[in-house]
Amino acid sequence: MSHWAFVAAAYAIALAGTLGLVGASFAAMRSAEAEAEAMKGER
Amino acid sequence: MHIFANPARFLRLARPLTAWLGWSGGLLVALALAGGLLLSPRDYLQGETVRIMYVHVPAAWLGMAGWAGLAAASLMQIVWRHPLAAVAARAIAVPGAVFTAICLATGSIWGRPTWGTWWEWDGRMTSMLVLLFLYFGYIALAEAEREKGGEGRLAAIFGLVGAVNLPVIHYSVLWWRSLHQGQSIGTSGSKIAGSMLWPLLVAAIGFTLLFAAIVLMRMRAALARQKVEARMRRLAA
Repeated sequence: MSHWAFVAAAYAIALAGTLGLVGASFAAMRSAEAEAEAMKGER
Repeated sequence: MHIFANPARFLRLARPLTAWLGWSGGLLVALALAGGLLLSPRDYLQGETVRIMYVHVPAAWLGMAGWAGLAAASLMQIVWRHPLAAVAARAIAVPGAVFTAICLATGSIWGRPTWGTWWEWDGRMTSMLVLLFLYFGYIALAEAEREKGGEGRLAAIFGLVGAVNLPVIHYSVLWWRSLHQGQSIGTSGSKIAGSMLWPLLVAAIGFTLLFAAIVLMRMRAALARQKVEARMRRLAA
């Protein structure tokens, strides 16, 4: 197997892990803050 | 640190900082990986696979730095009962585990063409795998304590005790004969050529800024959830 195949696999795992983490954390933050904001408006 | 004991004050700083850290981290990572793939030279022994270093080393650094941060937050929680310390420690745990897993996976991929094996039970790799299991244990313990309405003191003690593994990881290549290479960057300088070093340093800084942005996002989510839960309890009372 070419060296580049190993490099591509390592970069794919690193980028997928990092982007997945950023995306999941951002979505969780937005939804939690929107819920808290909506509850504040209900007062 | 006690300035940020007030969550409202912390959030006033965290909101603009999250975007700043996220965008600058993303930009630096893109620049470093482009430099590592296109501009830095191949290694005379390892060939093109040396480029795996630009994702593997920052992931290893963040896996270890993550637990150091988790242990520091745990200490603040136990000693000073800082109200945000438990939130910070829990926010660090999942990204720390993910970067440790990335380090193990990319290291295994790098090992196959370099050493002829995907895995070897040597000091460095085994202690890094132990770190991943420590993260899993911390996440399970912290979540169980949170569900029971506890303060998370058991998880904090676990976070402090787990820090014992950090010097073992760091010195493993000196203490035991290992397939893993020794320390390349130390306080006395670097054994890596400048043309390969700059993308590595930029990648390490970029991934660290991204890690900080992720932790802030997770802290903000946890604080917002706490606010909702407190409101629900007041309504139910």
